[in-house]
Amino acid sequence: MDLKDLYREVILDHNKSPRLYGKLEPADSSADGHNPLCGDRLHITVRLEGDRVSDLRFEGKGCAISVASASLMCEAVKGKRRDEISHLFHEVHEVLTKHDAPVPEDLGKLAALSGVREFPVRVKCASLCWHTLNAALERSATTVKTE
Amino acid sequence: MSANPKAHGGYDVDKVWRDFPILAREVHGRPLVFLDSAASSQRPRSVIEAVDAYERLHHANVHRGVHQLSQEATAMFEHARERVRGFVNAASIREVIFTRGTTEAINLVAQSWGRNQLKRGDEILLTALEHHANIVPWQLVAEQTGAVIKVASMDRRGVVSLDDVAANLSDRTRIVACAHVSNALGTVLPVREITGLAHARGALVLLDGAQAIPHQRVDLAELGCDFYAFSAHKMYGPTGIGVLVGREALLDAMPPWQGGGDMILTVSFEKTTYNELPFKFEAGTPNISGAVGLAAAIDYIESLGIDRIHAHEQRLLEDATRKLLRVPGLEIIGTAPEKAAVISFTLDGIHPHDLGTILDAEGVAVRTGHHCAMPVMEFFNVPATARASFACYSRETDVDALTRALARAREVFS
Repeated sequence: MDLKDLYREVILDHNKSPRLYGKLEPADSSADGHNPLCGDRLHITVRLEGDRVSDLRFEGKGCAISVASASLMCEAVKGKRRDEISHLFHEVHEVLTKHDAPVPEDLGKLAALSGVREFPVRVKCASLCWHTLNAALERSATTVKTE
Repeated sequence: MSANPKAHGGYDVDKVWRDFPILAREVHGRPLVFLDSAASSQRPRSVIEAVDAYERLHHANVHRGVHQLSQEATAMFEHARERVRGFVNAASIREVIFTRGTTEAINLVAQSWGRNQLKRGDEILLTALEHHANIVPWQLVAEQTGAVIKVASMDRRGVVSLDDVAANLSDRTRIVACAHVSNALGTVLPVREITGLAHARGALVLLDGAQAIPHQRVDLAELGCDFYAFSAHKMYGPTGIGVLVGREALLDAMPPWQGGGDMILTVSFEKTTYNELPFKFEAGTPNISGAVGLAAAIDYIESLGIDRIHAHEQRLLEDATRKLLRVPGLEIIGTAPEKAAVISFTLDGIHPHDLGTILDAEGVAVRTGHHCAMPVMEFFNVPATARASFACYSRETDVDALTRALARAREVFS
């Protein structure tokens, strides 16, 4: 168990200066993420162009892992299609939870989160933002459908 | 330092530390520094051995068989009850009810007393620093009966004001339920005064003693409260057993809250007559080995002396408070003048969960989170805190290890 593996430079950097932090107004969809156990709170707003997340922001409070993960996620998914995002989510989830899963090359900076899997109680911190983004995208999908 | 035991009234903390086998283990290749006793304390060898001997030599069901083992188990179980009675100075063993813990003890009162006594518009008075275990049972019974929950406030130090308690008492107040010691802040509440105020308005008083019982002498005859609840595992005993002490006249008038074996005298399909106190409230086979362990824990505490434990912990609290306040960016949450050996804190720029992980990597176990007291976190406007809590076995070197680990956390986040 090595702390340097958890708190890598990239993580510390994104915690200190989170990218895409804030709120889009107006936004096409939004969702709140809350981890009642540790009090982490997250609000994500997204703008959509067709099937693509053209822009997004997050704001909220949480530990370094949750803030950095949200920041890295926002950077990674901005401009991507829904199917690309859900593929990324799947890959990140594998990396976070499967002890010896190889880290896919297309993860880019998100690979910095792979240290989290040595700290099982912290996996929730890293995945909160992804579940929140998912909720925002599903909500917009529902909205699209009902309209 | 304990090198000179005479300096501290003969309290030899190193010897006490050696009584707890688990404290000698390592965590992540480093010596364990256990500073999470307020969540659950560790057990001394004597408790482990008492439970082990019971399991190996004496176990059978209690209050049932005529055979030798059942008689031995019954004698040990009832001996434990008498030990508890003496420890808290309750009037009679009829007032000592074994439960699963503090939470179940409070639920027992809320459901047995509250559900039958509370009427629409009656008031239950809590304080702002309660543990969820002393909030939620009252919310449940308030929903069931139409009673109303009121909350006495605290100030920025975490002190509950007696004036505010008095101001919140009314002719409709039926019970005041409050902590004896706050788990999240360490505040010792003026429970004798609160009890006096409540009784003057005709309200009952339940004290959540979970965080008080390991740290200071609890004399129920002196406190004068109506119900007192605590758990064995916070006072060096096993998990899964706790105690409700209640005034006999009140318990007598309360209906059973769970039905089953042991709590009855006779059962027919038409009519059941209930057993006498305390068995009326102990349906089913109890946690016998837990009670045996609790009795051994009381023996252990008394062998050290609760007043000497208190003095030791207060010295440590003072030392730790002084050293922690020297850590740049550290803020102590809960600064009441009278505190148990519990220090909640935040470190500027480092979230408590990151702190918890880094401290753990250094072998230092602290609690991080909301401490089952979300309203307290809300009041202080923090999502969570880190909490170091001390026990009879905690040493000055543990405090030093904590401050070193905090410096390490600063390094990681620099």
